[in-house]
Amino acid sequence: MNKPINQKAWLLVVPVFICVAFSAILPLMTVVNYSVQDIISPTQHVFVGTEWFRNTMTDPDLRGALGRQIVFSVCVLLFEIPLGVALALAMPASGWRASATLVILAMPLLIPWNVVGTIWQIFGRPDIGLLGYWLNHLGFDYNYTASPTAAWLTVLVMDIWHWTPLVALLCYAGLRAIPDAFYQAAEIDGASRFAVFRYIELPKMRGVLMIAVLLRFMDSFMIYTEPFVLTGGGPGDSTTFLSQYLTQKAVGQFDLGPAAAFSLIYFLIILLLCFILYNWMSRVGKGGPAAQGEDHA
Amino acid sequence: MRKEAQKRRWIRALVLIVYMLFALIPLYWMLSISLRTNEETMSAFSTIPQHITFENYKVIFIDPSWYWGYINSIIYVLMNTVMSVLVALPAAYAFSRYRFLGDKHMFFWLLTNRMTPPAVFLLPFFQLYSSLGLQDTYIAVALAHMLFNVPLAVWILEGFMSGVSREIDETAYIDGYSFPAFFVKIFLPLIKSGVGVTAFFCFMFSWVELLLARTLTTVNAKPIAAVMTRTVSAAGMDWGVLSAAGVLTIVPGALVIYFVRNYIAKGFAMGRV
Repeated sequence: MNKPINQKAWLLVVPVFICVAFSAILPLMTVVNYSVQDIISPTQHVFVGTEWFRNTMTDPDLRGALGRQIVFSVCVLLFEIPLGVALALAMPASGWRASATLVILAMPLLIPWNVVGTIWQIFGRPDIGLLGYWLNHLGFDYNYTASPTAAWLTVLVMDIWHWTPLVALLCYAGLRAIPDAFYQAAEIDGASRFAVFRYIELPKMRGVLMIAVLLRFMDSFMIYTEPFVLTGGGPGDSTTFLSQYLTQKAVGQFDLGPAAAFSLIYFLIILLLCFILYNWMSRVGKGGPAAQGEDHA
Repeated sequence: MRKEAQKRRWIRALVLIVYMLFALIPLYWMLSISLRTNEETMSAFSTIPQHITFENYKVIFIDPSWYWGYINSIIYVLMNTVMSVLVALPAAYAFSRYRFLGDKHMFFWLLTNRMTPPAVFLLPFFQLYSSLGLQDTYIAVALAHMLFNVPLAVWILEGFMSGVSREIDETAYIDGYSFPAFFVKIFLPLIKSGVGVTAFFCFMFSWVELLLARTLTTVNAKPIAAVMTRTVSAAGMDWGVLSAAGVLTIVPGALVIYFVRNYIAKGFAMGRV
């Protein structure tokens, strides 16, 4: 179905544009302004051109943090998306069980992010934490404040615990939109369970899956509060992801100029990756035979 | 065939039960810590609290700086939810129904606003809102949170709207409905579930955000998440009160999800993307 061209539609978009631009454009411009200056004191600024950008690009610690960040975000997607889809498929379609599952699933999403960190702190500590105590009791040498591997895994498991429900909720809502007639037709055709998933459920979930993948990608790429509370980026720099490193620079050393340049590069990296992901997913989704049928619907 | 279905049902139940345990055990532990005294928490480890006490909850319900944290959060979160959904509705309609100059760019630009790493942006935000005299008001936090909620709201609503056939619009216009009348009387009821789902997501992301909310408030509009950071004191962490406060942060959201659960189950009818 081809949408008609109508420039008046802009009028409907203007309120959104104003609301978002109000909070978006001035701060962004301020940061751009910082990024090309050396701010010695509130009244003394020196224009330094692209110096901060060059410094940032060659900073070895930043490359380390970026590498850790990419590995972390990829792991987040690899675990959360399939798990979320599996959960959505396993959830009951209606009745009190569906309500109960929805409410329980949504609970981790509704906890302020610093509290999420705190929960995993009191859960994982070897002395007072349920998880830490029992793991050590069972003979595992688990201490997330001392071992980099344990810290990294704890942050990953925490993220899976925290965000898989988002993927599950979105996919669940997508699945519920499939009319029963589709399933009946598949049964008559004698389609296997996998065929039903591949040619009916997956195409129908395309839109929500795309929202889920992009949201999880950007949010995990900017993860800050939870690991800050849980590990503070340590031990060493094993859980110092990009945001953590940026904050250390911006607040710890109060280097506003370099931190601003860093932010902009950071922003551009996310933007680029999201753009690639967005276009790739749109193309993959439209390629399948079932998806083509859907386009005519 | 029958056996196959039976087996599948078992697998589904197993997946759900295992995941529910994974989801609930950390929450159980927070609840359990909130029901003990700090002495008990720190001395001997026990999986189940030995002497249940509600002292920690009492602290929160008696001290105004604690319970006002919840009230403040609820106020700006509701303001944000209402404003985000209201401005997103017409925009989502425009994106789902028409093509116009720069529509795709506009859509992607909206999304980019979810991608700004907060650390450095906090200072300009602070400067912007204080220069307008909005510092420490509910509206400041509500407006700032629109930055990441509006794009999401437009995105989700657009999906729902694209699921509604355009013939409905055309028939209504032929019948003589004006755009506002059509939108409110005919179109909105059709995408009720979309509005419910969107409102839930706006509520959720605004409720859990800490950095912006903390930067823009000091006393009058201070959110609960920021109040909670003060349980760290010279005497160490007050684990009991912190856990009790954490348990209470789940309550409003759980109520919201309970009310919108049927909307979610009714589902998306997806179009775009």
